[in-house]
Amino acid sequence: MNIQPVSITLQNTEDARPIIEAILADNPAATVSHYPAMVKIDAPGRIAVVADSVTERIGRDWDPQELHLSVITLNGNINEDDDVFELSWN
Amino acid sequence: MAKKIPLKRKYELMTRGLAWDTTYQDADDIYPYDKFEGIKVHNWDDWADPFRLTQDAYWKYQAEKERKLYAVIDSVAQNNGQLSITDARYLGAIKLFLTGVSPLEYQAHRHFAHLARNIRGTGAQVAAQMQSLDELRHAQTQIHAISHYNKYFDGLHDFTHMHDRVWYLSVPKSFFDDAVSAGPFEFFTAISFSFEYVLTNLLFVPFMSGAAYNGDLATVTFGFSAQSDESRHMTLGLEVIKFLLEQDEANVPIVQHWIDKWFWRGHRLLGLVGMMMDYMLPKKIMSWKQAWEMYAEEQGGALFQDLARYGIRPPLHFETACNEKHRISHEVWSILYQYTHAAAFHTWDIDDAHKDWLSAEYPDTFDKYYRPRLDLWKQMSAEGKRFYNMALPQLCQVCQIPMGFTEPDDPTTISFRVSNYNGDRYHTCSDGCQYIFDHEPEKYVQAWLPVHQIFQGNCGGAEVPDVLAWYHLNLGADNMAYEGSPEEQLWNEWMASRRVPVAGS
Repeated sequence: MNIQPVSITLQNTEDARPIIEAILADNPAATVSHYPAMVKIDAPGRIAVVADSVTERIGRDWDPQELHLSVITLNGNINEDDDVFELSWN
Repeated sequence: MAKKIPLKRKYELMTRGLAWDTTYQDADDIYPYDKFEGIKVHNWDDWADPFRLTQDAYWKYQAEKERKLYAVIDSVAQNNGQLSITDARYLGAIKLFLTGVSPLEYQAHRHFAHLARNIRGTGAQVAAQMQSLDELRHAQTQIHAISHYNKYFDGLHDFTHMHDRVWYLSVPKSFFDDAVSAGPFEFFTAISFSFEYVLTNLLFVPFMSGAAYNGDLATVTFGFSAQSDESRHMTLGLEVIKFLLEQDEANVPIVQHWIDKWFWRGHRLLGLVGMMMDYMLPKKIMSWKQAWEMYAEEQGGALFQDLARYGIRPPLHFETACNEKHRISHEVWSILYQYTHAAAFHTWDIDDAHKDWLSAEYPDTFDKYYRPRLDLWKQMSAEGKRFYNMALPQLCQVCQIPMGFTEPDDPTTISFRVSNYNGDRYHTCSDGCQYIFDHEPEKYVQAWLPVHQIFQGNCGGAEVPDVLAWYHLNLGADNMAYEGSPEEQLWNEWMASRRVPVAGS
């Protein structure tokens, strides 16, 4: 696996907070940096945003496409599907 | 309940499923622009947009973004949001951003519409169409911010007129003119990949976080709302590059050259952003150097390692650009400080606490090269001799920035390159800009260089006030030092009135 860093930055909002929590719970290698109005998450090689994890936290079905409302920027190749949104390098 | 169609299948159906092959017209007649650059595409179906966003989902999410954004814009206007910013000097950065970048958003809207019509792959058409709409949205939301700040602050009253005329605005304008006058695949490489993927983080992310830190609700809101689209645009950029490289080996050197060219073009343009971050934000998030390390070196490094398997190497002059992180913001500030009499924003003398911060962030260069100059300028101002450079600067033929950058191995010597073309000499500011000029001299000899145009008598007259009138600058309000400006006076009155009850005005 290519362990070059992948990264996702989200707005620091009510909508994004459970997504951030889910990412940190599901990606133990991830590190988080807080900046005014935004939160940057980095991890070696891969970050997965698991729909079920976010759903569990917000108490309703969460569609990975809802990420579009909260994401600021990302780095890595994207794989988007119904149950997971994934960033990685080949 | 009907079973939900899986995302991948839905994306197939609503992109390629809606397309058709031409029968009674030759496809080459319908799509006349996508072959002349020499790019070979064998199978457009190999295109896979990683964000599987279909039109129905696009409108749903964009509508939600707009609802949130306009609620905040309304609130800023209703609640005197201009009072919440840290300092009126902060607005200098926003004036530069709004007058420099917002017209580019509109240009991008137009050109992505052009691409959506003229690229023959369906996935690419859909992505370009969405991006065209996004860019129009960005232009509109930024114009709302202009509209609000224009009620209270100077220099924002005629941004479209100024964009076509004013010397420093020719830097972003010529960057985009260069891109839209290129072929479709070069435009994708220039804007979607080199600018959006590799460099736009430096424009939007730390700068918008800086806006938040400085209490600028209007800017943070349009900035992050735009940036949420930007992650889709970046992804399009990466997809375009991978698609072109996978389609045919012959595409690799063509794409590599475009990456080399547009990385450097973008780097030069972002020198302005570096200056805004280091000098114009009263409260700092991070230095330009730190942002460069995070986004260009670390993230860019990971990206180019990923692309190495296609035979793509990091951009030419990448190391020079990295080396410039120690100096570029200081050099650009120096240029704008001395020509602020000809600009629609203010500059000011830097106070000691700010200098100490710069010194800590730039331990290798600030005290040695830049602090003495700032000290001298401050002293001159104190003696009533605020420094304005009344000679017009020579401009780089490619980036159009005054020739104030320095040699890679010597930050005290101006870097100055000369090329000959058809018996004339052309000057560029760096190896990067000279490389670009030498590859397409027939393009860059046509550059509309503001200083040349002034000397040729095309800009309202021979004297500086004539030119500034032609720019539509309000002399004595928009331009000159912040110290003593009407804006400083207004800001001080606002701040004083916070402590003294005053009847509503």
